[in-house]
Amino acid sequence: MTQYAAPGTAGSVVEFRSRYDHYIGGEYVAPSKGGYFENPTPVTGQTFTEVARGTADDVERAIDAAEGAAAAWGKASPGERSGVLLAIADQMEANLEKLAVAESWENGKPVRECLAADIPLAIDHFRYFAGALRGQEGGISQIDENTVAYHFHEPLGVVAQIIPWNFPILMATWKLAPALAAGNAIVLKPAEQTPASIHVLLEVIGDLLPAGVLNVVNGFGVEAGKPLASNPRISKVAFTGETTTGRLILQYASENIIPATVELGGKSPNIFFDDVAASKDAFYDKALEGFAMFALNQGEVCTCPSRALIQAGMYEEFLGEAVERTKAIKQGHPLDTTTQVGAQASNDQLEKILSYIDIGKQEGAKVLTGGNRADLGGELSGGYYVEPTIFEGHNKQRIFQEEIFGPVVSVTSFDDYDDAMKIANDTLYGLGSGVWSRNGNTAYRAGRDIQAGRVWVNNYHSYPAHAAFGGYKQSGIGRETHKMMLDHYQQTKNLLVNYSDSGPGLF
Amino acid sequence: MSGTDTGPAQRVAVTGQAAELIRRLAEQHGPLMFHQSGGCCDGSAPMCYPAGEFRTGASDVHLGDLHVGGIAEPVPVWMSGPQFEYWSHTHLTIDVVPGRGSGFSLEAPEGVRFLIRSRLLTEDELDRL
Repeated sequence: MTQYAAPGTAGSVVEFRSRYDHYIGGEYVAPSKGGYFENPTPVTGQTFTEVARGTADDVERAIDAAEGAAAAWGKASPGERSGVLLAIADQMEANLEKLAVAESWENGKPVRECLAADIPLAIDHFRYFAGALRGQEGGISQIDENTVAYHFHEPLGVVAQIIPWNFPILMATWKLAPALAAGNAIVLKPAEQTPASIHVLLEVIGDLLPAGVLNVVNGFGVEAGKPLASNPRISKVAFTGETTTGRLILQYASENIIPATVELGGKSPNIFFDDVAASKDAFYDKALEGFAMFALNQGEVCTCPSRALIQAGMYEEFLGEAVERTKAIKQGHPLDTTTQVGAQASNDQLEKILSYIDIGKQEGAKVLTGGNRADLGGELSGGYYVEPTIFEGHNKQRIFQEEIFGPVVSVTSFDDYDDAMKIANDTLYGLGSGVWSRNGNTAYRAGRDIQAGRVWVNNYHSYPAHAAFGGYKQSGIGRETHKMMLDHYQQTKNLLVNYSDSGPGLF
Repeated sequence: MSGTDTGPAQRVAVTGQAAELIRRLAEQHGPLMFHQSGGCCDGSAPMCYPAGEFRTGASDVHLGDLHVGGIAEPVPVWMSGPQFEYWSHTHLTIDVVPGRGSGFSLEAPEGVRFLIRSRLLTEDELDRL
């Protein structure tokens, strides 16, 4: 076992500054109104730094800087922009532990995940878009013998990005990499729950980008996010969060007639067909692990498999073993490399999860394991820990319909294929889903029948670049982690050229 | 809400602490509204906005109004219609807890967060809705 030293103590691989200002035009700029807010670590509940409380004036300054940088960055050759993205990836790789510990300390997630997933995925994401940009081609369409339509990709200009707190660096990267590759300048607002780790990233990569290409304004949604998202000088807004704010973002975008991409979460079904239990082999074990994936990142994942649908024939047996598998999950200090489940990201998140566990019990769902706040003792007593929890109930209960965003799964059974599809699609959302079956035909059909943008078949919670990620139904608009995201950050310029020496003869 | 009530039942209520916060926010921002969110991250949280900031439409359901002493206008509480279908059997109380904000909700900079506490509506209440 290794436990990383906590930031602020001797031997830590990362040192947070005592205060973070806004990053505007390549330098740190104090907030115009002078305010700062405290940033606590969910590991212990103690404040570890303070962060600039941005307001509309700060947003305007950041957009000024972005506007100043956008033209040159947009005209930089694809080779040059791609080279910058590759350099960013290299720098992140050279500072992997630092970034991982920073993110773990700020978010509460186990450092094991940051080391093995969040940061390596972010690094790969920059490399992917560096390559996607180099491989991108415009189009040439022959209209008639003498007329050609050329289609060029052009950057949008200045884009706004509002980042969630569940993967502070990876979610920022999902938006930064395609926007930078496409040649845009960016004003980014991190979540107020996790504003600091993005500044550790800036320490590592900031000098690789021309000043003003990437600007970070910290602050609260109402004070900094709204003036950014509603600003008439931005050309696009990208948001990951929940539905009400998503609608507000789309409303602002409609006022300015600009495109918006929104990713708004889900209530993803994880479906286990009877044939999974045909043999107690490695595949069966893999499926049990797939069930336990609801606890990954403390359940704070938009695609958390928070509804498990298990076919009646193996229901009792599989669920019994799944409960044992869940009980074996190791919850502990997030900086301990053997910890599998860490802290929820904030106190209000903790309270919300507990309120959902409460309504689940009131509605008559049965707690099979967990169901309580976890007190891990010592300095961790002040942190925000919840026991991995399994509810057994039915799909009309609210714990089956609302995203709890905690380590909570709601389990029910189904009789046959049609019943499985009916339950799976009885939800407002359509972001993720899992299908587990040894029968390729069943798995394929289910994958196509489930109304969700991502269906994992015989795996779950994998997020490679080059596989599109985004929602059906109320889960949002747009597809990330794929080269098609370049299109979401580009205009199409059509040059319609006539090569004839004669006129059309109309006048 | 006791079982002997004969007037219309309510779907929404507010705790004393949350009412106090609503009063303070109304002093700063004027008339207010709530829209209950769903989905990711800060979803399932009630969002508090200046009245009219969030445009409700045909797809929204007006759950009721909060009457908070000291402010003239009732505070309407809304939810999207499709979400209401799954929530309609529950009574919602808006509470407040220490927290680190979310979305564009007005209270976030105060270091607190509105939170929904739920209970099942009784048969009697359902009859009177």
